[in-house]
Amino acid sequence: MTFPKYLVLVGVAVFAVTGDSLVSRAMKQLGGVSLHHLAGIILVVFRPEIALGVLFLLAFFACYMAALSWADLTYVLPTTSISFILLTLVAKFMLHENVSLARWLGVVMISIGVGFVTQGPSLTPQPRSKHSHDRLAAPISARTEL
Amino acid sequence: MKHLYAWSAVACIVLTSTAGDVLLSRAMKQVGDVAELRRRSGLAHVLGRILRNPNFVIAILAMATAFYAMLFGLSWADVSLVVPASTSLTFVSNAAAAKIFLHERVDHRRWLAALFVAGGVILLAL
Repeated sequence: MTFPKYLVLVGVAVFAVTGDSLVSRAMKQLGGVSLHHLAGIILVVFRPEIALGVLFLLAFFACYMAALSWADLTYVLPTTSISFILLTLVAKFMLHENVSLARWLGVVMISIGVGFVTQGPSLTPQPRSKHSHDRLAAPISARTEL
Repeated sequence: MKHLYAWSAVACIVLTSTAGDVLLSRAMKQVGDVAELRRRSGLAHVLGRILRNPNFVIAILAMATAFYAMLFGLSWADVSLVVPASTSLTFVSNAAAAKIFLHERVDHRRWLAALFVAGGVILLAL
C-alpha cells in the first residue's frame, strides 16, 4: 500500500461523511418531501447545499470505485468504516451533541475492527489460470504480463 | 404484520446492497487499477471501460434497489431499527459473499474486522 492509496481510503470516509451531513442538514431545513410530488424530489437536487452534498457523494463513489480496483472488498469496507468514527467526533466536538457511553463503545469496536483488517494484505493474490475469464479477473498489471 | 414487512425490507436491503458491492468490486477488478490505467490511456478511456462493464451496470441497479428498499423500510419501521440492522448485517454478508463469489482470502482477521465493525455500528445506533 502506497501513501496515495491510503489517501483514497481516507477520501472514501471523509467525502461520505461530508456528503451525508450536507444532504441531511439541507433536507431537515427543507422539511418533509412527499413521494406524491415527484417533481419536487427531482428539483431538490438543484438547491445549492444539496448539490454540494451530491458532489461530495459523487467524489465518495469515485474514491470507493478506485479503491475497489486495487484492494479486496473485505479490506475496503471495514477500513472505510472510519467514517462512522468521524461522524461521532463531528457530532461531539462540532455539533456539541450528547454522545452516550454505548456510542463511544461502538467507536472503540469499529476502531479495533479497522485495526484488524489494516494489519493484513489489501489484495488477495490471483492465481494464474489458463482460462481466459480468470485472466479477466486479474489486475491489469498482472494481465499485461500474461 | 408491520414487523414482518420491516424485516423483509431489511433482508431486501442486505441482499441487494451485498450484490451491488460484490458486482462493483468484480467490475473494478476487471477494469484494473484505475490510477495506472488513467496514466497510460487517459480518463475518457477509464470511464468508457467502467461504463461498458455489464457487472458495473447491474451493480448500480442493485444499489438503486437497495436505496428504494431502504425508503420502503423506513416507512414501515423506525430508522433506529432499519439503518443499523441493515448496515451491520451487510458488513457480515459482504464478507461471506466476497469469500464465495470473489474468492477473496477472508482469514480470521477479516472475519473479526467485519464482526467488530458490525457490532460497533449497532452500538452507535443505541
